[in-house]
Amino acid sequence: MNNITRRNTLQLISAGLIAGAGYSMLPRKAAAAGSITVLNWQGYGTDEAWSIKAFQESTGIEVVHDYYSSEAEMLTKLRTNPGAYDLVVLNAARCAQAMAEDLIAPIDYSKVPNISSVAENLRSNENFNKDGVGYAVPWVWGLTALAMREGLPKADSYAVLGDAAYKGRVALQDDAVGVIAAAALLTGQDMNNPKDLDLVKETLKGFKPNVKLLWSTEDQWNKSFAAKEFDVAMYWSGGSVRSKRVSKLPVDFVVPKEGGIGWVDGLGVPASAPNMEGALAFANWMIDPKFYVEWATKAGAPASSNVAAMESLPADDLSRQIHKPEYIATMSIMSALPDDRREAFNNLWQEVKAFYAE
Amino acid sequence: MRSDALLNEAVRGPSGPRKHRMLPSWVATTALLLPTYAWLTLAVLLPLLTMFVFSFMSATPMGKAPITFTLKHYRAFVDQPYLLNIGWTSLVIGFWTTLLCAIFGFLAAVALARATVGRMRETLLILILLPFWTNGLVRVFSWTMVLRENGFLDNVLHMVFADAGSISFLYTRYAIVLGLVHGYLPYMILTCYIALVTIDDAIIEAAASLGARWWTILFRILIPMAAPGLISGAVLTFVPVIGSFMEPRILGGKVGVTMGTVIEDQFTQAFNWPLGAALSFTLLAVVLAIFATFSGVLRRGAAA
Repeated sequence: MNNITRRNTLQLISAGLIAGAGYSMLPRKAAAAGSITVLNWQGYGTDEAWSIKAFQESTGIEVVHDYYSSEAEMLTKLRTNPGAYDLVVLNAARCAQAMAEDLIAPIDYSKVPNISSVAENLRSNENFNKDGVGYAVPWVWGLTALAMREGLPKADSYAVLGDAAYKGRVALQDDAVGVIAAAALLTGQDMNNPKDLDLVKETLKGFKPNVKLLWSTEDQWNKSFAAKEFDVAMYWSGGSVRSKRVSKLPVDFVVPKEGGIGWVDGLGVPASAPNMEGALAFANWMIDPKFYVEWATKAGAPASSNVAAMESLPADDLSRQIHKPEYIATMSIMSALPDDRREAFNNLWQEVKAFYAE
Repeated sequence: MRSDALLNEAVRGPSGPRKHRMLPSWVATTALLLPTYAWLTLAVLLPLLTMFVFSFMSATPMGKAPITFTLKHYRAFVDQPYLLNIGWTSLVIGFWTTLLCAIFGFLAAVALARATVGRMRETLLILILLPFWTNGLVRVFSWTMVLRENGFLDNVLHMVFADAGSISFLYTRYAIVLGLVHGYLPYMILTCYIALVTIDDAIIEAAASLGARWWTILFRILIPMAAPGLISGAVLTFVPVIGSFMEPRILGGKVGVTMGTVIEDQFTQAFNWPLGAALSFTLLAVVLAIFATFSGVLRRGAAA
């Protein structure tokens, strides 16, 4: 009795497995003619189910996803799986690296009509271009600048981080690239390649009496801010929208006169992509105002690189208020760091942190 | 560490001559140890060896950058002298954590072994182990709720003394040590407990009937006889504590810079695996050197 049941169970399980495997393979095979594989962070815009469904209905192209959990992993996946991906989301700082290794192909902008309303500053960014040829469609952007408790006088400079009025009331981001960028901008240097690193170090060390906290996650930022542990902090533009909208925190996002520390994510087509046409059609869909407005209001999104998309957001939308179009022109964009500079940045920040801890 | 020798003897009983042995004993021993050691080699030794090789490379060997072999990462303490301060901080934190764990752990173990019996003892053991089974991150974060300004501790204080100031000490070294003591105390309690339950009641009764006071019993009998447990507990605490990074980062805020966080940064933020590996092996060397220096004391204690 026992034996028979067990055998039956095994049969049932294997039958189920075979059926399941067969079922899952069938529809994919049928639609293989028009499908693209997108490589992105999970839950970051391209994989919104309603959008993929609408895209397939209007173009007949099926969208399949694969995910990465770090930008280094993204590059490794591109290097080791040629022909597997049609579209990849990459940060401007990584784009230059992918171009240098011939991992991504030049973009045929005639297949991306929505590019006409994408901010020129982002399109022509040196990280997305090589010898005048564009290698990625700028997709979304955001910036790191200052966040202040509502009611405080709005700072106009990163110098507020060292202002004696905020003794013990400042939080910095525990990120070498971010803090060095702020100190470099404050001392009038190129944040991607500061010439006088010693000055940057001394500037950061000068913040010591004010620094209460080094934060590394948004959750930590929100909890500490809610507990009134600090009043002024370096913070992300998108984070401030979420803190205000979701956590109802009294945060003002301030971009000082030195400019914000910007980042841009682009959509690139791997050089080995089997379906470039489909990939570009999807890239065009991604920068379409119609998709963006729905994404931003349904799920919450960073700022679109498409000026028209930003303008079609409701006027009172928080994200639209914080991501002002003029920032695109004033912010410096984080770009690729050569290994030795990245190492120098990290060692510098480590030394400053040790100084803070003394 | 040494307590397992004790344990083995207890399990095996007095070793008498065994008859009809089919194979020489080393064959059986090897056969029994082989799976374990094969697994350890595969899962621990080889990755560790890879990291050791990494520590001599000029860059993380992923990507297109050409790799050369270099010793520069081992010069980090010379090139970046602030690392010496960080290393010293880590050792000091390790020392205090171990000391506090030893005091509280030993007393808890004495209470457990001497003052309780049967069901009560089992319940208390489980109560000690229960928090140990919850995720460490959760425990550390719950400390932040207690210690922060206007946190649990402050609220309790203000219930009693409404006008008292804040006694919050989150983001200080004390908070780090507190979190670490909380995290590693069960190791100490368990090792001390195992050592203490092997002490025969008759010895203590004899001492008491000869007029020994409680402190004489504690310092002359319990501590020397439980020394193996104390020492293995101290090693089990000290070594992970000086490499810890989660507690310093979360509870220490800006003062939470230790060797552990520096190494973690090298792996996660800086993507400089070779430097991270070199720092880890330097730390390992320092720990071994410390144990070598005190090996005489440790051996005497373990043999007692």
